[in-house]
Amino acid sequence: MGPIIPLFEISEEINLLIAFLIGLGFGFALEQAGFSSSRKLAGMFYGYDITVLKVFFTAAITAMLGLLFMNYLGMIDMSIVYVNEYFMSSAIVGGVIMGAGFIIGGFCPGTSVCAAAIGKIDAMYFIGGSLIGILLFGQTYPLWEHLHNAQQLGSLKLSDTLGLPDGLLGLIVIVAAVGMFWIGEMAEKRFKREDISKEI
Amino acid sequence: MEMKGNKYMNPYLAGLMLGIVLLASFYLTGRGLGASGAMKSVVVSGVSTVSSEYAKNSHFYSKYLGGEYSPMKTWLVLEVLGVLIGGFISGAISGRLKFKLEKSPKITGRKRIWLAIIGGALFGFGSQLGRGCTSGAALSGMAVMSLAGYVTMMAIFGTAFALAYFFRKNWI
Repeated sequence: MGPIIPLFEISEEINLLIAFLIGLGFGFALEQAGFSSSRKLAGMFYGYDITVLKVFFTAAITAMLGLLFMNYLGMIDMSIVYVNEYFMSSAIVGGVIMGAGFIIGGFCPGTSVCAAAIGKIDAMYFIGGSLIGILLFGQTYPLWEHLHNAQQLGSLKLSDTLGLPDGLLGLIVIVAAVGMFWIGEMAEKRFKREDISKEI
Repeated sequence: MEMKGNKYMNPYLAGLMLGIVLLASFYLTGRGLGASGAMKSVVVSGVSTVSSEYAKNSHFYSKYLGGEYSPMKTWLVLEVLGVLIGGFISGAISGRLKFKLEKSPKITGRKRIWLAIIGGALFGFGSQLGRGCTSGAALSGMAVMSLAGYVTMMAIFGTAFALAYFFRKNWI
């Protein structure tokens, strides 16, 4: 029965070793996907390369389906699996700021670490910028504290919000993703940029 | 073993691999993946080193101090160290290890560097306000069907799409 570490009081050393091993897999998968290239990531927003959409949604669906089945088979206690707390205002405003950072900087935090690992200099500056941004947030926290903690709605699930069973929502997400993959594949042909694809 | 014409892994296959890693994380630890949290640990531990008193009195930094372990010896920091090594191994296997400033030929290297710093700063700031980035909030959140995950994902990608036109010269 999972999740293993919180249920079986695994030692801190083993816990950190597992963190490192999971990180290894995470970094390997990101790099193999091509998330170590800012122009490949940015291709998502201009249609010439929609790898981001394909990888991101395939990963989200794989894990979602895995959790649904594990729960169904009694392999995991979902009551102790962390569901992100929803603070409406800060989730939206934070997400908008991150989106601007994505299109300006060309990375997100995870992909910047993976890209820096293979020598991408733009990614190293992005990491430096991220640290500055976090420090800026920390130093000016009193200004944002109210917004950060406003509209706390708890660990809400999308399925409960919509009044749908988890399995049905899962099916809807899969159908929607396949639809987006289909549209995305067409976009890749229409907005093809041989010059960029050759370089990245 | 450079593969010609097909240098990256099939994206659906890479997504499947990433999904299995994410699932393993949930099964083993009860939580998903993360990235910005480790960067926050670096900042918190830096501020605390400069002035421990100041950090303890801050409503922000103090939340991440005072535990049994230092903020640098946390799950996410070790995980992100793994990302660094895992990315390096993948790059080495596929022949992609190379120092390179990746940019559109239409902009200068100096401009690319400034864009990377500004974009990084926005992402770092936003990730603290929004409680996690693309990994911890959007991807992991979506896997557990959290409303926060979906909202954050839509806000990130929606904004990037909405602003793409204005920044097109930097990329295409």
